[in-house]
Amino acid sequence: MQSFQDIIFKLKQYWAERGCIIQEPYDVEVGAGTMVSETFLRVLGTDPYRVAYVQPSRRPADGRYGDNPNRLYKHSQLQVILKPSPADVIELYLGSLEAIGIDLRKHDIKFEEDNWEAPTLGAWGIGWQVMLDGLEISQFTYFQQCGGIDLDLVPAELTYGLERLTAFLQVKDSVYDIDWGNGFTYRDVRYKDELQYSVYNFELADVPTLWKLFDLHEGEALRLLKLYDPKSADKKRFPLLPTYDQVLKCSNLFNTLDARGAISVTERVGVIQRVRKLAVAVAAAWVDQQAPEQQAAEVAQ
Amino acid sequence: MTLPLLLEIGTEEIPDWMIPNALESLRLQFEKLEVPFESITMDATPRRLVLRAEGLPEKQADSEKRTVGPAAAAPPKAVEGFARKQGLTPDQLTIENGYYVATKKVVGRKSKDILAESLPGIIPQIYFPKTMYWTGKGGPRFIRPIRWIVALLGEEVVPFELAGVRSDALTSGHRRLGAREIVVTTGDYEQRLRDHYVILSAERRRNKISGELENVRVKSDPALLETLVYITEYPTAIQGSFDPQFLELPEEVLITVMRHHQKYFSVEDADGKLAPHFVAVMNIDSDPEGFVRKGNERVLRARFNDARFFWETDQKKTLAGRRPDLEYVTFQAKLGSYLAKTERTMALVKELGGDSHAVRAAELLKCDLTTELVKEFTELQGVVGGLYARAQGEPAEVWQAIYDQYKPESMEDAIPRNRTAQLVAVADKLDTLRGCFGVGLIPTGSRDPFALRRAAQGVVKIIVEGDLDIALLDLIGGDANLIGFFEDRIKFYFKDVRGFKYDEVNAAMAAAWSNLVDLEARLQRIQNLRLTPDFEPLAASFKRIRNILEQAKLEGGAAIDPSLLEEGPEQDLYREYQAIAGQPIENVIAKLRPKVDLFFDKVLVNAPDARIRQNRLTLLKTLLAEFSTIADFSEIVTTS
Repeated sequence: MQSFQDIIFKLKQYWAERGCIIQEPYDVEVGAGTMVSETFLRVLGTDPYRVAYVQPSRRPADGRYGDNPNRLYKHSQLQVILKPSPADVIELYLGSLEAIGIDLRKHDIKFEEDNWEAPTLGAWGIGWQVMLDGLEISQFTYFQQCGGIDLDLVPAELTYGLERLTAFLQVKDSVYDIDWGNGFTYRDVRYKDELQYSVYNFELADVPTLWKLFDLHEGEALRLLKLYDPKSADKKRFPLLPTYDQVLKCSNLFNTLDARGAISVTERVGVIQRVRKLAVAVAAAWVDQQAPEQQAAEVAQ
Repeated sequence: MTLPLLLEIGTEEIPDWMIPNALESLRLQFEKLEVPFESITMDATPRRLVLRAEGLPEKQADSEKRTVGPAAAAPPKAVEGFARKQGLTPDQLTIENGYYVATKKVVGRKSKDILAESLPGIIPQIYFPKTMYWTGKGGPRFIRPIRWIVALLGEEVVPFELAGVRSDALTSGHRRLGAREIVVTTGDYEQRLRDHYVILSAERRRNKISGELENVRVKSDPALLETLVYITEYPTAIQGSFDPQFLELPEEVLITVMRHHQKYFSVEDADGKLAPHFVAVMNIDSDPEGFVRKGNERVLRARFNDARFFWETDQKKTLAGRRPDLEYVTFQAKLGSYLAKTERTMALVKELGGDSHAVRAAELLKCDLTTELVKEFTELQGVVGGLYARAQGEPAEVWQAIYDQYKPESMEDAIPRNRTAQLVAVADKLDTLRGCFGVGLIPTGSRDPFALRRAAQGVVKIIVEGDLDIALLDLIGGDANLIGFFEDRIKFYFKDVRGFKYDEVNAAMAAAWSNLVDLEARLQRIQNLRLTPDFEPLAASFKRIRNILEQAKLEGGAAIDPSLLEEGPEQDLYREYQAIAGQPIENVIAKLRPKVDLFFDKVLVNAPDARIRQNRLTLLKTLLAEFSTIADFSEIVTTS
């Protein structure tokens, strides 16, 4: 039986052999692998890129104190970006499933319409959820827009829910029973995370403090964005990546406040707009900063 | 000699529900081309849109192109110049009607060339509700990426390029069971696909699924069947089971999980009760080792466990206990919370004459929005509230009204099951409509985020079919937008749903429409009246009367002065009017019509004497008013 980590190794190996660089998880908390700058910023512009990484993805509202066999506060996403998407991208994806031992002539694979949208990122795409014997194992998206910008090259984004996929392969009804590797179960490794973060997110997180932090990170992002000058000769050294970290902080704080029940439905729209505004501004500045000189001059005009 | 055409657009998986319309759109685009054909067949799977036509000519018929040149008397230089321009010599010209004429033979174009030129243009014209680009910004748009194109006319490839794909004679089989780059001809195409595990015909896929369901008592579900037909290239049904313990959960919840989330058919036992089995449809040929069945069973178990967990958690707090929580659930930013909406709906239910059950139902109506089960299965809102209300001992009228509150969900759907439920559903929808229109949330074009069209359509259907005595206009208030919106919905209902003629609907509504039950009764009468021979001529006369009155701009409501009436047709008409006033038009139409006809035949309405003219107009106005309570007959489109 393949362990959780065996499956991760194999998928990384598979994608590395198909031209991806393998990144390690990003070190700022995010709700999904898409939010990491390796995806969010790299899909912009005209440079081809292929990358894969496992990103721990935090969804405070999905925490269940470690009690629910299928729901996690923090799950592991394998994120693959192929920019531009090759014509055989679906075949490549199916090949990755075979690489982890799924014989697709004996299993039922279906691509069901599921268009992805991330309002806080001004991003959306067209695609499917991939169903394996009735289980959603992946999201497959052709990005169309990111940070409110139409993409020059259309990347394919493949995300694998690694816990689900492993539970499926190991025939486990609970993700906590997954064999992580070397005799450790998923419970041994992650149960404490699930329990303690659920307690924090649902019970102990101090709402005024979280709002204060949100305002601080938002303020820092806005301050930096104001300083960015597209006409400056020095603009290549401007810290847009650190600016984007501030946006990620805001996004995670928003999710935590939401889980805490501190955001009413009406407020929600407003807060999403605030984060989106930052993300869109960073994306626009990034496109300007990364464009070749001549093109940048045109953009400036 | 004629040729067959095969066009296959090979794509990545197209959303099932878009496929039939896309095929129709492709067919219409193709029929617009200048290429004639004898017959056409459209087929599709999720990965291919296929057009096959028979009987295309190899080339268009030859024709002659004639150009008229200089007059016969023109100087030779001009004639030579004309001939040269036409690529002829002067002796090849003819003279007709005193002018030189150049006649050139135009060779008919080859169908292949026409198709090669036009097919790449029509494919991107296929209508899809949402499209994408994939080759880069500014590239072609389609529903999903196009990966191959087969275009064959007879034995030849119709050569063109679209989105970087060159047309060829190579198709692809089933993703996992078939090969790629399979050479096909127009003759063996369907069989070659079949060899590679693609059943091209939707009809055959449907029959295969239905055939495999024959020995299982599945709950009939045509919509699900269509989805499965268009989500598979090689469908095969398999049966699975679940732990009978889950049958303690309400059937609605179990069926929703199976149908909406897993696309399974549910299975019934001999008594029509839900059995602990399901049928899934795979996109492969078999499941010899049971992997697919076991996988699906596990997924379903996890889903059911979730549902059970939510069901049990939700029961810890009654619906009534949840009501204060609605303060924190926003209905719409400007319209406040669901608690505010609840209070408005309760007041409206009372205004509509609802009893204590109806008021209670309105009070609990939206409480299920705070339950975990509804958060997880939003499509079950209302139903879940009804089920919880029943479990918590609310009377049948109350829980049924909560359960049915969103009905009818379409014009085919039934209205709420009893009077209480109907009143509550109407009140809830009316409140939404009044509120949204009040703050300017008016649907435009395809934008209708609050589903206001469906709400208004539902109100109309419930009032008419539930026979509710409601003065709709009083409830709408003075909002002109909402009034117009309802008029459209009412017209749609009677015209498209009920099949009345549009002019009948216009005529009846022009008289009044606030009471929809009365409107329906009048429509029935008009429909019957229309069958009588006197109806159309009388309607034409009414139209004439209205035109006359409009032109005369008759002011005031003066009474008829009998002394001013001329003897003969005018007095006859007046006497007839007096005799029949107050009677239903059905009883008097035969007597009235000849009098009206004679009046118009013999009497000059525009009499020179102002008093007489005024009196005549008043007579006509009175007559029109007498019969306009059932309809404004001048709206009837007459042939005479």
